Amino acid sequence: MTQTHPGPAIEAVGLKKSFGDVHALRGVDLTAEAGTVLGVLGPNGAGKTTVVRILTTLLAPDAGTARVAGIDVVKDPGPLRSKIGLAGQYAAVDENLTGAENLTMFGRLYGDKRPAAKKRAADLLERFRLEAAGDRLVRTYSGGMRRRLDLASALVTEPPVLFLDEPTTGLDPRSRLDLWETIEELVVGGTTVLLTTQYLDEADRLADDIAVIDQGQVIARGTADELKGKVGGDRLDVTFAEVAQAEAAVEPLGAIASETPSVHGTTVRVVLAERQGVVTRAVHALDAKGLEAEDLEIRRPTLDDVFLTLTGRSAVAAESETDGDDVSDDQDRSEVAA
Amino acid sequence: MSRLVGDTLVMAERNLIRLPRQPDMLLGFTVQPIMFVLLFAYVFGGAIKVEGDYVDFLMPGIIVQSIAFGGFVTALGLCEDLNKGLIDRFRSLPTARAAVLAGRAIADLVTNGLSLVILVVTGVIIGFDFRTGLLEVVAGFGLLLLFGFTSSWVFALIGMNASTPEAANGIGFTLIFPLTFISSAFVPSESLPDVLRFIADVNPITHVVGAVRHFWLGAPAGDFVWASLVWTVVLLGIFVPLSIAKYRKVASK
Repeated sequence: MTQTHPGPAIEAVGLKKSFGDVHALRGVDLTAEAGTVLGVLGPNGAGKTTVVRILTTLLAPDAGTARVAGIDVVKDPGPLRSKIGLAGQYAAVDENLTGAENLTMFGRLYGDKRPAAKKRAADLLERFRLEAAGDRLVRTYSGGMRRRLDLASALVTEPPVLFLDEPTTGLDPRSRLDLWETIEELVVGGTTVLLTTQYLDEADRLADDIAVIDQGQVIARGTADELKGKVGGDRLDVTFAEVAQAEAAVEPLGAIASETPSVHGTTVRVVLAERQGVVTRAVHALDAKGLEAEDLEIRRPTLDDVFLTLTGRSAVAAESETDGDDVSDDQDRSEVAA
Repeated sequence: MSRLVGDTLVMAERNLIRLPRQPDMLLGFTVQPIMFVLLFAYVFGGAIKVEGDYVDFLMPGIIVQSIAFGGFVTALGLCEDLNKGLIDRFRSLPTARAAVLAGRAIADLVTNGLSLVILVVTGVIIGFDFRTGLLEVVAGFGLLLLFGFTSSWVFALIGMNASTPEAANGIGFTLIFPLTFISSAFVPSESLPDVLRFIADVNPITHVVGAVRHFWLGAPAGDFVWASLVWTVVLLGIFVPLSIAKYRKVASK
């Protein structure tokens, strides 16, 4: 589990990759010290998965170099594969095998003999609270159970470096928390983790360092606190019945804001100077102008806020540029941001 | 090398344990061949003129057709593994590169063996008779399994190039189905119009069917035996490297 080579556990310099005309990566640099968690944060299509695929030997970069656990990803993919684990958003386990059969198979493919692989499978099932389901076919598992098995599959050899590609995308909040706790336990054990995510709260909770990636480039890096420093404090979203009311509310709400509030359809978004008593102050300020809000919500900054601050675009808009069909009901917001 | 053998066996075992858990796949190489035998023997049998008994003529043909399609499990399985992201995981492991594909081909050998037994038993029930010695009969089975192994590598390439299992099914069927019919599998090639007859005479299916008729019924060997061996070697020489090269680059969809 602990590292035996000098230098960072993950070090990528100038990674470039194009698929036809699409420039997935335009020169990405990343570093993760051994025993730390590097969060790679970005919207869909930013290039997160391409980074993971290159660092796990699945894809050769067009340019740039990368070393993982001290081993060159392009020159020595073979030796590297026994030092890495990969788990991802697709929960890549065989649905027509049981949990135990899956883990035993992966153990044997890492080179363990059958009895050792079976023993290891039993240990992992227990550790990931799947022992009761170990002899059931995976197609009967819930989404959370599949992700846990997927993560367990990446750990059959206790690799020193672990890659988690959007490990909680599509999970319900309870399973998500559950998986976060499991990942935290791993990190305590000394594993280096590269985690990609679309969620700021996930990177905030799990990552020591965060690299924000957009359109194939790292646009910001730092600790969660440093990033949040750039993004500003908590948000207050005030929603009105009509756009005109929202526009009229910008001025009175400015009193509690650290920067000029922005209007997104019928909602005014306020970056708070401080959190204490803001709801009361907001209601008073609006009352004084005869404005009545339909809804007030205090929330933590999201990836969307990070994006607005760093790129002037909303993450939702960034996503629709690449996916086209993935425009959500946040349409009005993206228009304002664009 | 020992790594390749070990990893291949792990993959073959995986493919075989999951098979009975997909009853729809099982039907494909158990009930379907029996249905074909019965349809051909009793629906077309009376109308097709051959020297001797049509059931004897038909059985080697229908068995070769069934074996030619034996690699379907490989195409569908690989396509599914790709779509589910399993191939990514396999490729991230320190596993021999050819093991995932070779494991498929080995598992197909077992299922082809099962199909063969079912088909031969069905044939014997409706009147098929081996007219040669044990050694020749066994040689016939050996050739069929070798031909099935070849078909698995062709289907591996199809499976990795298809976007969905349905597409793999479509491509495979469109390629292999005409090939089995424009051959001497079901009718004597002499009865075909000139163009089709030419295709039938160079078709590997015709050669394998001819070789099996030689081994099982004592029909003249002609060029069939050596030509079918050359065909399998050539096809393996093309499709094994192509499939492995594709596997090394293939990306999950």
